[in-house]
Amino acid sequence: MKRVFPILAVLTGVLLGYALYQALVAAPTEQTMGPVQRIFYYHVPSAWTAFILFFINFFASIVYLIWRNNKADIVALVTAEVGVVFCTVVLVTGPIWARPVWGIWWTWDLRLTLTLVLWLIYVSYLVLRRFSSSGQTPLLAAVLAVFGALDVPLVYFSIWFFRTQHPQPVIGGGGSIDPRMLHVLLINWLAFSCFAALVCWARYRLEVMRRDMDETLALEALLEPHGSNARSSPTGSAG
Amino acid sequence: MSTVGALTRATLTKDLRLEWRSKDAINSMLFFSFLVVVIFSFSFDPTAEESRQIAGGLVWVAFLFAAVVALNQTWAREMRNQVLDAYRVSPAPPNALFLAKVVGNFIFVTVLQALMTPLFIVFYNLRALGPSYQLPIVAALGTWALVVNGTFFAAMSLRTRSREIMLPLLLFPISIPALLAMVEATGAILTGEFSARFWIVLLAAYDVVFTIASLFLFGFVLQAE
Repeated sequence: MKRVFPILAVLTGVLLGYALYQALVAAPTEQTMGPVQRIFYYHVPSAWTAFILFFINFFASIVYLIWRNNKADIVALVTAEVGVVFCTVVLVTGPIWARPVWGIWWTWDLRLTLTLVLWLIYVSYLVLRRFSSSGQTPLLAAVLAVFGALDVPLVYFSIWFFRTQHPQPVIGGGGSIDPRMLHVLLINWLAFSCFAALVCWARYRLEVMRRDMDETLALEALLEPHGSNARSSPTGSAG
Repeated sequence: MSTVGALTRATLTKDLRLEWRSKDAINSMLFFSFLVVVIFSFSFDPTAEESRQIAGGLVWVAFLFAAVVALNQTWAREMRNQVLDAYRVSPAPPNALFLAKVVGNFIFVTVLQALMTPLFIVFYNLRALGPSYQLPIVAALGTWALVVNGTFFAAMSLRTRSREIMLPLLLFPISIPALLAMVEATGAILTGEFSARFWIVLLAAYDVVFTIASLFLFGFVLQAE
């Protein structure tokens, strides 16, 4: 297992470099939008990766609620953190593209609003994890993740109806995509997924080590003889 | 089932009696939403036509903020003298406690709305151009949506540091579809330009989904120590 991590790291590096070359040089320039369209190769893969991570988070939260498995809780934490980062990338690259193409930075379009609401829900999830005191955090976070997932279809329908009532002229037409563009898009998505997996893995190991250390410290504090307790740190009461 | 009913009624009567004697929640909510009405009214100074368009948003923002004031106090009483811990070790079903709290908050916020609505009408010159019989339905469904999630998240934020800040941070993102539905339905009824039916159905769906989810998950939250 330990050998796989550096291999994945190298693979991700190569893939990201290749994907960058593909996106900036090899992919054909879009006829009407021009070079600004190339942001699409970062925007869309980030969105897909974020949604996959949020889905894993939901799944891990359910697993935690049923089996109280600590690994599932760490997976949920890690995927939420990395998912929020990718979702932020989506929300930042979107307006950069929209300004020259649509003429506006932001519109309350269905997908934009849904992504923003998802981002808000997962930021509140991370805030809860940060503010909650240690013992109950995984449980409360898992409960909130379930609530967030239940909210998504309701948000979808509400905004779908909201928008059909007040139509906006800015939504880019469907149309077909050039096969070469699709190829570049998929390569970029693969690279970003590998990158997300790599970051999640590193963060997972970090979190496991952090929890092990907390446990060891708590145990040591318990085992310490009474006399030295007075000058040891106030963390001695943990446990 | 009857034990759940009896326990719910017992907790609810206790809460209502406590509130009747102290009037803590209702007074702070009333004054708070009155302040919101006054500040909005003179900062926007709308004409009758404009206020019809924006009143849905104003009314519900005022009620949302006022409801948070009440929701934050929901569990405070049970924390004093470790009442909640006593409840936890007793064999009483957690959902009875939860239902009682939700119904109690629902009553408080409904009373608040009944008292505040005349003020809104006076300050904003409101008159519904659409079917006004739908307004109480929207109010009831919307209030339930706010209160059921709010009570649940208030119980969750009991377990966190700085719990008064935590409640709106958890409640507002999840409530976005419900808020949108309340605001749009109220706007639709006041302006009479389009039908509010879809929004009422959406609110009902929201209420059903989150009531069931809360009843399923409240046990976990109560038992978390």
